[in-house]
Amino acid sequence: MTQARTHVSAEPELAIRVRGLRKSFGDVVALDGVDLDVPPGTVLGLLGPNGAGKTTAVRVMATLLRPDAGEISVAGLDVVREAAAVRERIGLAGQYAAIDENLTGLENLVMVGRLYGASRAAATARGHELLQRFDLVDAAGRPAKTYSGGMRRRLDLAAALVAKPPVLFLDEPTTGLDPRSRLDLWTTIEELVGEGRTVLLTTQYLDEADRLADTIAVIDHGRVIAQGTPDELKDRVGGERLEVRLSSAGQAADAVRALAAISDEPPHCEGDTVTVGVRRRNGMIVEAVRRLDDAGVGVDDIALRRPTLDDVFLSLTGHAAESTDDGDEQKERT
Amino acid sequence: MSRLITDTLIVAERNLVRLTRAPDLLLAFTVQPIMFVLLFVYVFGGAILVPDFYGSYVMFLLPGIIVQNIAFGGFVTALGLNEDLSKGLIDRFRSLPMARAAVLAGRTLSDVVTNTLSVLVLLVTGLIIGFSFDASPFEVLAGFALLLLFGYAFSWIFALLGLVVTSPEAANSLGFIAVFPLTFISSAFVPVESMPAALQWFAEINPFTLVVDAMRHLWVGAPAGNAVWGAVVWSLVIIAVFAPLAVSRYRRAAGH
Repeated sequence: MTQARTHVSAEPELAIRVRGLRKSFGDVVALDGVDLDVPPGTVLGLLGPNGAGKTTAVRVMATLLRPDAGEISVAGLDVVREAAAVRERIGLAGQYAAIDENLTGLENLVMVGRLYGASRAAATARGHELLQRFDLVDAAGRPAKTYSGGMRRRLDLAAALVAKPPVLFLDEPTTGLDPRSRLDLWTTIEELVGEGRTVLLTTQYLDEADRLADTIAVIDHGRVIAQGTPDELKDRVGGERLEVRLSSAGQAADAVRALAAISDEPPHCEGDTVTVGVRRRNGMIVEAVRRLDDAGVGVDDIALRRPTLDDVFLSLTGHAAESTDDGDEQKERT
Repeated sequence: MSRLITDTLIVAERNLVRLTRAPDLLLAFTVQPIMFVLLFVYVFGGAILVPDFYGSYVMFLLPGIIVQNIAFGGFVTALGLNEDLSKGLIDRFRSLPMARAAVLAGRTLSDVVTNTLSVLVLLVTGLIIGFSFDASPFEVLAGFALLLLFGYAFSWIFALLGLVVTSPEAANSLGFIAVFPLTFISSAFVPVESMPAALQWFAEINPFTLVVDAMRHLWVGAPAGNAVWGAVVWSLVIIAVFAPLAVSRYRRAAGH
């Protein structure tokens, strides 16, 4: 229905449209006026540290939470007034694989299929199809509690796809997975997008957003602080990054002082590595080495590189992206 | 409405399937109640004076201990819901286009099945150690129906408990703190007349006393006044109050 309407309308409807989304829990403002646009068939990466409001935003869009204010439509339907219809068109998978561990893989999928209104036979057929696709055929008859972390995520993702929803919400789909399972899941997500699905993905991993997302919205303290393609965001940081690994982390302060003059922005220091944005390429390394040498700072390695999303996040927020909950709380307290 | 029934049955089926995968829980339904019946009959039985009408303590005790047991049957709902909440399953259910009340209705419905099982286990144990019915088949069945209705009502209290508390351990201890005194300060284990005045006052208004008296009336012909109707009304009132509370809590439930 929705897809048909999308095709006939002159202007392609947005798959997800968020305007002025606000949500507070008591005194804590989780979302403070968020706007998002996701055209059909694209991936929006919602990028931010823990506690930035990513999960709250997903829960509102997936009809699990009522917004305090704002207009939110998914697949052309209002998530508050038409919540039931929205639920027919979305799939939700997340960092907590929401599967019943005592049921087998197949039983999990059949249960979800029947709760979407399918007959037992139809739900079973679809379950087998998904198990095949997610490489879980061998484990289909085993209780899910015997599954590895990667298998659980795949089953969880399969459960989200039971009703072939046009819009998919993936809340930190690879958090806590080993690198191999992570790569596998990325490939799977890319396939899903290739089928024309719209995906909203939250992540605190910049490489994940860089690889999967067409557009990235950087969210911090409940606000979208930047939005654009990965390349656009990198351009915002401007120029190349000069990365210096020091012989001794104890000289970081000296190195920061020595390098301050070659950049418009203050150098960033993490452990024994100092990073600084530079305006031009030619002669930069020579100049940096000379200045460090004058300051008596020992250097192990020095290189110029293209900016990553880490740099984007740093220059936008003033703190690193992959900070932990604890780190954030400590920062807020001090 | 038909959607509610279908979805409720799907959820109930899921709960019962997973019960067979966790046999230790089944053990709790069967062995533990048997143990309590035997302990009460053979340890306390000789020391507790019951009205001559009953003839023996097991005749007095069995309806009472079955009522106590069925009130605890709802623990499965509290623990199961709490686990679903912490594992994110409630989020999944709430993102599906299913009937809103079905997760809770399915939970409480599967409790009826497990409650039936534990009533049968207790009844067989009782019959072996000297309990016998003094009732028409209709009264025996009516007793069964009343037990299941009362157990169902308690499942809704436990459903709310499971959604409100932060951990299964909390559900466990809060449930015990609430239900244990209620069942003990009633006519379930000793005649109310043997208690101190204050406890007697509480026992007489305690719904457990009403339900236990109703069961004794239905199964062994003890005089009970209007206890049967009172027990039915109590059960319906509990459902009418706690089912909407639990469902409204479920709609706002936030997992992780």
